Amino acid sequence: MPALIDIRRRIRSVKNTQQITKAMKMVSAAKLRRAQEAMFAARPYARRMMQVLNSLASRASTEAHPLLVEREQKDVLLIVVTSDKGLCGGFNANITRAALRFLQEEGRESQNVQLEVIGRKARDFFRRRQWPLHGEHVGVFQPLRYETAKTIAHRAIEGFTSGRFDAVYVVFNEFKSVIAQRVAVERLLPIAREEFAPENPPVEHLYEPDAQRIFDQILPRHVEVQVWQALLESAAAEHGARMAAMDAATNNAGEMIDSLTLYMNKVRQAAITKEIIEVVSGASS
Amino acid sequence: MLPDKLLLEVVTPEGLLLREEVDTVQAPGELGYFGVLPGHRPFFSALGMGEISYKAGKQSGHLTCFWGFCEVLPDRVSILAEVGERAEDIDVARAEKDRHSAAERLKALRDEAGFKEAQATYMKAVTRLSVARKRREA
Repeated sequence: MPALIDIRRRIRSVKNTQQITKAMKMVSAAKLRRAQEAMFAARPYARRMMQVLNSLASRASTEAHPLLVEREQKDVLLIVVTSDKGLCGGFNANITRAALRFLQEEGRESQNVQLEVIGRKARDFFRRRQWPLHGEHVGVFQPLRYETAKTIAHRAIEGFTSGRFDAVYVVFNEFKSVIAQRVAVERLLPIAREEFAPENPPVEHLYEPDAQRIFDQILPRHVEVQVWQALLESAAAEHGARMAAMDAATNNAGEMIDSLTLYMNKVRQAAITKEIIEVVSGASS
Repeated sequence: MLPDKLLLEVVTPEGLLLREEVDTVQAPGELGYFGVLPGHRPFFSALGMGEISYKAGKQSGHLTCFWGFCEVLPDRVSILAEVGERAEDIDVARAEKDRHSAAERLKALRDEAGFKEAQATYMKAVTRLSVARKRREA
């Protein structure tokens, strides 16, 4: 039977852990709110962009644009978005698993898939497995800047137009709700034509300089915005996942404290009973 | 009936900067500044570097705008700026420093390499300072 003092020490240690997890949960909740706001703030831009693309697609000769060309997929770039920090449940494991599944998918044996990783967790994961990395971006989430999305998007566009890659995919955690994330694999390039199926063309605009030029400018921007959206989603999802994980950890610590306290009381009572028996038997003899 | 007001909306990837009923808008088109009054014919332009200015009654306002797109409809102007900030969000000290270092770089240049970038940095800083100054004067 363990000594009382050991159990007390154990309880104290669990209590400390509980305080930390509770604090982390609170911090995540605050960060989540900010990340969510940033995500919602970016939406009007993305929505407008889509409207513009739609209205342009009906007017510009879209066939010619290099970012729309579908080639046989021989060289593929996969952009993997994880977080820099852990302690967020299955958040990063889900992504790396999805990335591995992507690499082992049917028909990929003949392809040459390269990786571009965002976040320390993905980098460490693939480094440990000796995967060659085409590029890595670490520490981009604090704070998240549009410039980062731009850099990543332009590397992808450059690789695609120069023919180094025939397709670019991105895998990231999509923010479903505060407690739910979904792993999403999306194709970034070539841009799918049906994305901006021209609806009934609204008003006839004047264009300056001209529709084709604007189309040429807006397609790369569209890629940037998609990367940006993925980063924002991932950031919000990360804080959500961490909040849920820390909430669970806090509850588990509470349960552990309860059962340890019960055990401690039992031990204490057993000790008292033993002492009484000793006293009584000593008196009667 | 022609509308007598414009709904000006400025969005950047980092959020909505402005949404206001205004009387006139000026924006830096890629081919030069253009002005918009209510009832303008539908128009679409790529944007360059410069200032967006608007008037609403006696009030006027200024924002910076670096690249992007602008859609004009008879009763609204939507600006999708790639980078942009409100006058009150401009860090004057940083802009001053950027202007200085970009000017130094421009002076030190011996050939074309890096010219465009340094020039853009310089333009950005100058625009920021100008917008920030207009706010103080207003």
